[in-house]
Amino acid sequence: MNTSATLVKNLADQYGRSRNNLLPILQGVVEQEKYLSESSMIEIARELDIPASEVYGTATFYSFLEHKKMGRYIIRICKTITCSMKGKNQVLLAIQDMLKIDVGETTPDGTFSLLQTNCLGFCHKAPTMLINNDVYTDLTPEKVRGILSQYLTKNKEGGQDGN
Amino acid sequence: MGKNIKITINGEVVEINEGTSILDAAHQVGVIIPTLCYHKDLCVAGNCRVCVVEVAGQKRLSPSCATPCEDGMEIYTNSVKVRNSRKHIIELLLSEHNADCTRCYKNGKCELQKLASDYKVMTDDFIPLVPFKHYTIDMFSPSIIKDDSKCIRCQRCVRTCAELQGVNALTVAYKGDQMKITTFFEKAMNEVVCTNCGQCIIHCPTGALVERNYIEEVWAAITDKTKHVIVQTAPAVRVALGEELGFEVGTRITGKMVAALKRLGFDTVMDTDFTADLTIMEEGTELLSRLKRALVDHDPEVKLPMATSCSPGWIKYIEHMYPDYLGHLSTCKSPQQMFGALAKTYYAQARNLRPENIVSVSIMPCTAKKFEANRPEMHDSGYRDVDYVLTTRELAIMIKQAGIDFMKLNDMKFDRLMGESTGAGVIFGATGGVMEAALRTAYELVTGREVPFEGLNILPVRGMEGVKEASVLIEKPLKEWSFLDGVTLKCVIAHGLVNAKKVMDSVISGEVNYHFIEIMACPGGCLGGGGQPIPTSPEIRAKRAAAIYAEDTGMPLRKSHVNPEVLKIYNDFLIKPLGEKSHHLLHTTYTARKRY
Repeated sequence: MNTSATLVKNLADQYGRSRNNLLPILQGVVEQEKYLSESSMIEIARELDIPASEVYGTATFYSFLEHKKMGRYIIRICKTITCSMKGKNQVLLAIQDMLKIDVGETTPDGTFSLLQTNCLGFCHKAPTMLINNDVYTDLTPEKVRGILSQYLTKNKEGGQDGN
Repeated sequence: MGKNIKITINGEVVEINEGTSILDAAHQVGVIIPTLCYHKDLCVAGNCRVCVVEVAGQKRLSPSCATPCEDGMEIYTNSVKVRNSRKHIIELLLSEHNADCTRCYKNGKCELQKLASDYKVMTDDFIPLVPFKHYTIDMFSPSIIKDDSKCIRCQRCVRTCAELQGVNALTVAYKGDQMKITTFFEKAMNEVVCTNCGQCIIHCPTGALVERNYIEEVWAAITDKTKHVIVQTAPAVRVALGEELGFEVGTRITGKMVAALKRLGFDTVMDTDFTADLTIMEEGTELLSRLKRALVDHDPEVKLPMATSCSPGWIKYIEHMYPDYLGHLSTCKSPQQMFGALAKTYYAQARNLRPENIVSVSIMPCTAKKFEANRPEMHDSGYRDVDYVLTTRELAIMIKQAGIDFMKLNDMKFDRLMGESTGAGVIFGATGGVMEAALRTAYELVTGREVPFEGLNILPVRGMEGVKEASVLIEKPLKEWSFLDGVTLKCVIAHGLVNAKKVMDSVISGEVNYHFIEIMACPGGCLGGGGQPIPTSPEIRAKRAAAIYAEDTGMPLRKSHVNPEVLKIYNDFLIKPLGEKSHHLLHTTYTARKRY
């Protein structure tokens, strides 16, 4: 069994194999592998004995269940109106300039993916972004460069991935 | 049954059963409410909102399909508010719809087009979104074309594929303005678990799902003077074609259909019913030989129960879902493919034609037949056995294009050699028909007597129940079949693949002990096939079934083994059922496919 299959099997053992256990299993896979690959979705369908199309339909419905290959650190910058008014565009440009990727892309070395997200509920501390599960607020171009530098260093040292 | 309650619809007091939807209540009193996502075959979705009505005292309009009546409800189906909203809803649907109607295959048959026409949507107050959406048109399947630019996301296809067929090839993916109907990982239809049954097509209100048509190819063949074009017509076509050409549902138009095919220019018009009879000879013999191997030889290799193999949707389903059980399928090709293999061998020899000059066309109630004809193993004649498969709908289009006044045609008869059939062949078109035909022949072969049902009508196998069981006790068989004395032949019949799953699961669990299984992929059998006239509903299928059985009763011969042309082909060409030639031309193998 490949690692995806083992992971799915363990998650199914943990949460159960009925249809309503699909969501926690999808979340479990995303937590470990950052995204839902075609093969992991097939494994889930097999394990729960549900159609693969249904797994795909559910996975694509939720914004935080990615189904394209993602980097180790997923940056989600808030795209809603308060963050935009407070300078999100300049912050985004700083990220793009530093990582040399556009929104929706992943760095060639697989370290960062850059996405936009809807409101994170931190309007009072806009602009805001998430890196994996950590929130960063009151961003400025300078501040965001510092944050990304820390991640780059951490990544080089092969440390924790920030979850 | 709930209690009776009183409501008013547009001021008229109506007494109805509690729990009835507003839509049904309105229809009962002759008030028509337009619908799109609603379909009698399917569960209620309530997502298109076209059927909204006003309920007094409620600020928001209610979808009438999804709202049950309550006592004292005051309902207005045609108030200013309803009319305005309904028109806006249609306009909004059109703003996302590729309304290039004149170039659409469904032009004139589209439910959205009809609504736009009925409600005179003549402006575009909403920004047309089609240019901004990167719609996909999937034309890779030999059976089905899926054009997302025509899709209104009513999800009838998704519900059809899940509820009627249990296949779930289609799903709803993404959300909001990105929401779309698609397959697993948005793959092409021919790359996912799809049986090509076409039920999605006959449930689609627009041109988003249509059959891949081969009309121009067939016209080209007919026009080509060097080609001899031979056509076969499936049993279920003759009880449904009329619906497309102005006849009442359930009208039998066999003779007119033959006349129309001759006028279209087909060189020879013959009948799939003939090979249906031939299928019974082969499949019946196969069943008896399997029983003999199991009961006399105690062969552990023999696979029982044996399942029918006429329905290509069912074949692809079992190949995907139960690949370990392919040995249970009869090795008989479907009647279409038997006909195709014989057209370019037996028929070619008898008529002194070169098989490479024969173009073999079939008229089918089915879109999966297009896939079946395209299967690589279906070349046993040395050529592609069936060149083009047209659905009942495509034939109707050709008849209209040719300017044939179908109503005025005089009845004609099928050409000889492979045109004679019996009532047993005709009933292949209805669920339970293959079983009934097989029992009529097998029982008589074994006992020398007719099957013990009045007028040869084996009523327990008929009807629209999803799974039907029947058993026949064999008594006093002929000497060579003495091992069957006292054996009760147990049969089961399922139609709609969701019922096929039930049967297969019970067979696998070992809780039942059948000998023979008949499965048809489509609800009602072929008469409810994915290539049949649109619309479809339980009532329409019941009327077509009644027509099939009326056709059977009206035939002078009603048992496959007395068909003179079947006897002739065994005498002149095939020698005997399951013989060497039969094995080569009439039997096939199956392919295990991926479930996911």
